[in-house]
Amino acid sequence: MRSLVLIALLVSSSAFAQTIKIGELNSYKVFPAFLEPYKKGMELALEEVNASGGVIGRKLELVTRDDGGTPGDAVRVAEELISREKVNVLMGTFASHVGLAVSNLANQRKILFVASEPLTDKIVWENGNRYTFRLRPSTYMQTAMLIPEAAKLKKKRWAIVYPNYEYGQSATASFKKLLKQAQPDVEFVAEQAPALGKIDAGAVVQALADAKPDAIFSSLFAADLQKFVREGNTRGLFKSAVVFNLLAGEPEYLDTLKDETPDGWWVTGYPWKEINTPEHRKFRDAYQKRWKDYPRQGSVVGYAAVYTVANAVKRAGSSDTEKLVEAMKGLEMQTPFGPIVWRPLDHQSTMGAYVGQLSGKGGKGQMVNWRFADGAHFLPPFEEVRLLRKD
Amino acid sequence: MSFSSVLIQFLNGLASASSLFLVAAGLSLIFGVTRVVNFAHGSLYMLGMYFAVWLSERVGFWTAVPLAAAVVGFLGLLIELGLLRRIYKAPELLQLLATFALLLIIKDAALWAWGAEDLLGPRAPGLAAAVEISGGAFPQYDLLLIVLGPLVLVFLHLLLTQTRWGLLVRAATEDREMAGALGVNQRWLFSSVFALGALLAGLGGALQIPREPANLNVDLTVISDAFVIVVVGGLGSIPGAFLAALLIAQVKAFCIGLGFSKATLVVEFIVMAAVLVIRPRGLLGREATIPRGPGAEEPPLRPLSPLLLRALAALLAALVLLPLASDGYVLVLLTDVLIFALFAASLHFILGPARLHSFGHAAYFGLGAYAAGILYLQAKLPMELALALAPLAAGLGALVFGWFCVRLSGVYCAMLTLAFAQIAWSAAFQWDGLTGGSNGLVGVWPAAWLASKTMYFYLSLLACALAIALLWRAVHSPFGYALRAGRDSPLRAEALGIDVRATQWAAFSIAGLAAGIAGALYAFSKGSISPEAMGIPRSVDGLVMVMLGGIHTLTGSVWGAALFTWLQDAAARNVDYWRAAIGVSILVIVILLPRGLATLVQKRA
Repeated sequence: MRSLVLIALLVSSSAFAQTIKIGELNSYKVFPAFLEPYKKGMELALEEVNASGGVIGRKLELVTRDDGGTPGDAVRVAEELISREKVNVLMGTFASHVGLAVSNLANQRKILFVASEPLTDKIVWENGNRYTFRLRPSTYMQTAMLIPEAAKLKKKRWAIVYPNYEYGQSATASFKKLLKQAQPDVEFVAEQAPALGKIDAGAVVQALADAKPDAIFSSLFAADLQKFVREGNTRGLFKSAVVFNLLAGEPEYLDTLKDETPDGWWVTGYPWKEINTPEHRKFRDAYQKRWKDYPRQGSVVGYAAVYTVANAVKRAGSSDTEKLVEAMKGLEMQTPFGPIVWRPLDHQSTMGAYVGQLSGKGGKGQMVNWRFADGAHFLPPFEEVRLLRKD
Repeated sequence: MSFSSVLIQFLNGLASASSLFLVAAGLSLIFGVTRVVNFAHGSLYMLGMYFAVWLSERVGFWTAVPLAAAVVGFLGLLIELGLLRRIYKAPELLQLLATFALLLIIKDAALWAWGAEDLLGPRAPGLAAAVEISGGAFPQYDLLLIVLGPLVLVFLHLLLTQTRWGLLVRAATEDREMAGALGVNQRWLFSSVFALGALLAGLGGALQIPREPANLNVDLTVISDAFVIVVVGGLGSIPGAFLAALLIAQVKAFCIGLGFSKATLVVEFIVMAAVLVIRPRGLLGREATIPRGPGAEEPPLRPLSPLLLRALAALLAALVLLPLASDGYVLVLLTDVLIFALFAASLHFILGPARLHSFGHAAYFGLGAYAAGILYLQAKLPMELALALAPLAAGLGALVFGWFCVRLSGVYCAMLTLAFAQIAWSAAFQWDGLTGGSNGLVGVWPAAWLASKTMYFYLSLLACALAIALLWRAVHSPFGYALRAGRDSPLRAEALGIDVRATQWAAFSIAGLAAGIAGALYAFSKGSISPEAMGIPRSVDGLVMVMLGGIHTLTGSVWGAALFTWLQDAAARNVDYWRAAIGVSILVIVILLPRGLATLVQKRA
């Protein structure tokens, strides 16, 4: 009996010794709308990498875990991935506070952490550390992407509405700062900060209308956004004001609006149907073939995250953490959104986003007049970033 | 604010009040008669929304609304017949555990059935547009809601005062046992009340779909709102619920209208705390009757038998030796288990021997954790000192909040603790400079000599075992006897010279202090601390642990904490729909072991 166990152990350890293990943790049941497509994106990338023989002669292996959506549970899950699963890399997380907690653990346990989703600026700046790298364009970057259009309109009276937690607060702070720089005579006439997921949309819309703004900047998303849009449509708030809304063009949020989709809003998002660059077409075709469904923003992030690890391992020629960290710095790679660079200075990727306007033509939300905004152009100067980072 | 915007915000408040009242009325009705704190009430509301969206695509909105309400009502009936009926006689609060399990199951079932994306329902045909009211636009549909709320109130009032069924319901609300003794068929009465309450929840959800997409987070949002309204209004009082809904909705609308939107995070809890401090039974509530019958029977707590003591000592020895034989993760998981065992034991200390119900015990856990983080990061104290001082902050918090809480009893007391916990939570959430806001504090790591998993495990073992032992010892000290005397017979205890309230206040503070130890250990074991540490789910977890283990036993909370933590860890790793898996496991335990896991241990010991 004992020898049997021993043999089994040997067999299993030799079978797994060859793989590069990615320990992925995310809040799958708290944010399923975003994370189900994300998981599909990861799995597609994993299959592609392994079908082409893996990296440095080894297959990639993905161990995914639900982090329960709280920092405490996420840290425990990450500990499990590190000490029991012996993963080479940590990856994932969605909400900012969970991302920060895991990033902090990665620094303590000295393991590479590819933060795929969290948007908080702090994860690469104030709380940045040697072992953490972030893929998605941050709150700051996506806000900055909307500034050129916002400033071009020369609207004087702006109202702001945002979910009352760090993402909304920092989007608002960045927006005010950047717009003031671009257009010094701007006035912020009202600010509404409803609790996340609990917007009292009728009252908020009325309060905004009272301020008679020429334009509105919003960072609402998910159910809050839908409630805001419906009340705003009914009460005619958007007739007299141009709206800028972070993230509202992402299929995860846009598709639910259907015939309520307000025309003319400026948003960041992902017009998946119309992007016809070779790299995106290749990704979209493969994704639709594999999953019989169209890709969402999350799909792109999951896909690119797995390729990030594959490319880092290839560049490092090893799965050793310190070598991986060095390989991540300045890593250049291809994504469905085009080439990106992982900035050595603050570990932020230069992944971009699409900026465009919403249109509800035909009872379905879509993005029109869109252009690609390369993340590299929407980051603060190096000196500013260096001041923020403590390491 | 101009006159027109004041008027429109007032109407907004009225419309919201109607929505809130519909859910709260059902909850209040159910509680009044069955004494079940129905944690799944928000889930029934959520199902109402999903069914209504799904049905309106097939039969149109106006048919879908009553149909959805009826379906949810029927589901409520099934829940009552299949589950709650079995556990009315179980220890108090057990129904809370069972309905919490339902909440988990319904959430995953909705995810499975309708998918992850929010479903925006149709506008109400015929009432899709806005009307002009003094220069502003106001949705026609909201006018309908404004009328519907009072209509339902009148309907319920007539039902309760003018029908025989209502007469029986009122009799049962007043005195359950007496109604039973007079030959009222309680089984039938309870089932019908629960079904009606569920129907109202479903109706509330269905009516909400033109205003809000059906989504999976709505259950928890709604349940906390509904609880607040029921308690502010006075338990079991339908007009009270209406008044409370009106009050809270108007306060919220004008917070937003006047530019204090950030206050909406916590304003209903501030209102609730204020109302309960001034009127301990809510706006229109009456003196609660003392429940009699099997639910109230409380076996005297016996000291641990020598056999059980020996088993505990052996367990402790095994834990001490464990690091020799395990991988790192077992230690991490067990550190969590130890911390939650202390948290649960501290909650049990007031829940069991003192019968001070607390729905907000996480406040003290969180205060301990935040104090540890702040002392370490902001005040730059050495980690050991921060860890030692932090629980005092929690104890102090409990001392202050406890003074108010021990003046109330039962669910009122529980809801006041919840209000204080939410106020503390919102302070942590908003006070960026001190607490790091919603992101929390990062970089709270133990000193180098304690940093290894083994050393931190030993530290947690030492602190938690010691604190739990002291809590258990206290239950059997003269102080503990005084506490239990005050619980079992307040009048006799007073006559014996025991200051019941002071004893309870002391117990509350001790429990807060102990929870603070757990919180401080937690902060340093995770390296960070965020507002979730003092959120409602953490308080609920504590209750679940105590109830799983058995509230009438001393050791139960420890077994409950161990099982629940292990279950969460194992289920999340191995099962896709892990929340439902946890829910089902809890239900199995509730039905097979209504007096908790500890009954298994004690039968043998």
